[in-house]
Amino acid sequence: MNTIAEQVAPIAAASEVKVETPFRRFCTAFLDSKVATTALIVLGILIFMALFAPLISPTNPYDLAVVSILDSKMPPGTKSLDGVTFLLGTDGAGRDLVSAMIYGLRISLGVGVMSGIFAMAIGATVGLIAAYFGGRTENIIMRIVDIQLSFPAILVALILLAILGKGVDKITIALIIVQWAYYARTVRGSALVERNKEYIEAATCLAIGHRRILFRHLLPNCLPPLIVVGTIQTAHAISLEATLSFLGVGLPVSEPSLGLLISNGFDYMLSGKYWISFFPGIALLITIVSINLVGDQLRDVLNPRLDR
Amino acid sequence: MTAMLEVKDLTKNFVKRLDMAGKIAQKLGSSIREEVVHAVDTASFTVDKGEVVGLVGESGCGKSTLGRMIAGILPPTAGQISFKGVEFTSMTQEEGDAAALAIQMIFQDPFASLNPRMRVEEIIGEAPVIHGMTTMQEKANYVGETMERVGLGREYSRRYPHQFSGGQRQRIGIARALAVQPEFLVCDEAIAALDVSIQAQVINLFMDLRTDLDLTYLFISHDLSVVEHISDRLVIMYLGRIVETAPTDELFDKPNHPYTSALLNEVPRLDHRGIDYEPVSGEIPSPLDPPPGCHFHPRCPHAMDRCKAEIPVLREIAPGRLSACHLNDG
Repeated sequence: MNTIAEQVAPIAAASEVKVETPFRRFCTAFLDSKVATTALIVLGILIFMALFAPLISPTNPYDLAVVSILDSKMPPGTKSLDGVTFLLGTDGAGRDLVSAMIYGLRISLGVGVMSGIFAMAIGATVGLIAAYFGGRTENIIMRIVDIQLSFPAILVALILLAILGKGVDKITIALIIVQWAYYARTVRGSALVERNKEYIEAATCLAIGHRRILFRHLLPNCLPPLIVVGTIQTAHAISLEATLSFLGVGLPVSEPSLGLLISNGFDYMLSGKYWISFFPGIALLITIVSINLVGDQLRDVLNPRLDR
Repeated sequence: MTAMLEVKDLTKNFVKRLDMAGKIAQKLGSSIREEVVHAVDTASFTVDKGEVVGLVGESGCGKSTLGRMIAGILPPTAGQISFKGVEFTSMTQEEGDAAALAIQMIFQDPFASLNPRMRVEEIIGEAPVIHGMTTMQEKANYVGETMERVGLGREYSRRYPHQFSGGQRQRIGIARALAVQPEFLVCDEAIAALDVSIQAQVINLFMDLRTDLDLTYLFISHDLSVVEHISDRLVIMYLGRIVETAPTDELFDKPNHPYTSALLNEVPRLDHRGIDYEPVSGEIPSPLDPPPGCHFHPRCPHAMDRCKAEIPVLREIAPGRLSACHLNDG
């Protein structure tokens, strides 16, 4: 029988050189688009800034000893009494806007990513269970998803935050609750296709447990759409958090996210002090647009039907 | 001696339930009703230890459904499956697990039947580790031995399925089944998707494994010429019902059921060279709305009035031969 193995060996060895790994093919296809590549680089810089905010930002906006009310509402480029230049000016409390934005970005991205990860974990599990077991289980789960999705996310989040109160943890919980249903529906869709393939039947036949089939066999094959929805929903979560903060229900004033910064500056908008709202707004815009561009490109690359 | 596998009155219906709108329409007097497909209809047969039984029928006749019920993938609607004399539903959890592992399935599509995101080592080695046939430490060696048994080099165990050809993938599928040390293999069109040259290799592999590992086979195929060479006995199915079973030689020499005769006429043979093949006349009826009486009567050249009304019973017409046809009655 070894002879067969020897016969096929050269063929297989040759194909290894030719066949590029799926991951490399994916990278090449992704970098094909200049816009998406730029967006990815911008996103990388933003994430870097958010992660290393204490090292990068000129001042610590949370340190009340440094913040001086005398520096409040300074236009961009002015020097403080201590000799620090406020590149983008200061806000109403006298915080350096550059520093506040870097810290705000940290909170915005943190809340968006954390809620995205938890919502994905919950939604993916529920969606897999619905698709795999089918029948009544699926009906009940998907009707809950339908009900959840029929309410506007902002409305549900507002109600939840009115009950829960303010805080980074509270807004993360609220965002998880309004978002899990999107993941559940996406995962169920692709799991329905995968569950009828023969490798799942084979796993059943090998008496592999349900949980292992769900997470080791079904889930990895449902990942591409999940990644796409994940990026786009994260951008959505960030803008939702900004909206909620702007409305004054999300975060405490002491830890401003980008949305809260915009809200704080809104009062001074008509008195000519545009920069307090303007620059955080631009930062939020760049963040959301770059995440969405990356997400769009991921969708194009991971969708086999759009294979160019 | 009890048969290794005994299937008795096995039935599988697929029901498309009415939705809310349909139920309301029915209440209001519409003729709308639940659609029921009788995929398998009271099928009974036995497979003895060491035997190779071919299950033959046109596509859509329920042979794959029958195979999946035996392999434990689909639950039957009614009827019994006994393995080594013990009925499936009366087994304890432990016996059930053992029987489930002892009956393994080889699938038709070598591309869909392997998880594309697992390495070969994981595909073959996962179940044996779970069921304690090997350990995590021994896995690499165990997988290597199993791969060599089906003619694959053990050096390929770190590859993914997409790096193999169709024939090699089918070997991986066979290795996966063999890894849990089965006694009975259900091969569902296991070679239909392969190139003709590879088909012969894989069939030879099946026959080698039969002698080496003392395996019993249920070989499902739509192609009589394939199963003719490897089967000891044939079971012919038509539209969910078994119409004839007989030892392979006798069935080819003297088919009893008109459907079997029609099928045999289609097999290309050297001694039949030069004749025009006539297809079985008519289309296979929809299993949603099968004809009454004998399912084959609309296409049968010998159909009588009785065939349209009465379902023929599968009964013994000679030792070891069963057929379901009213012609045998007189």
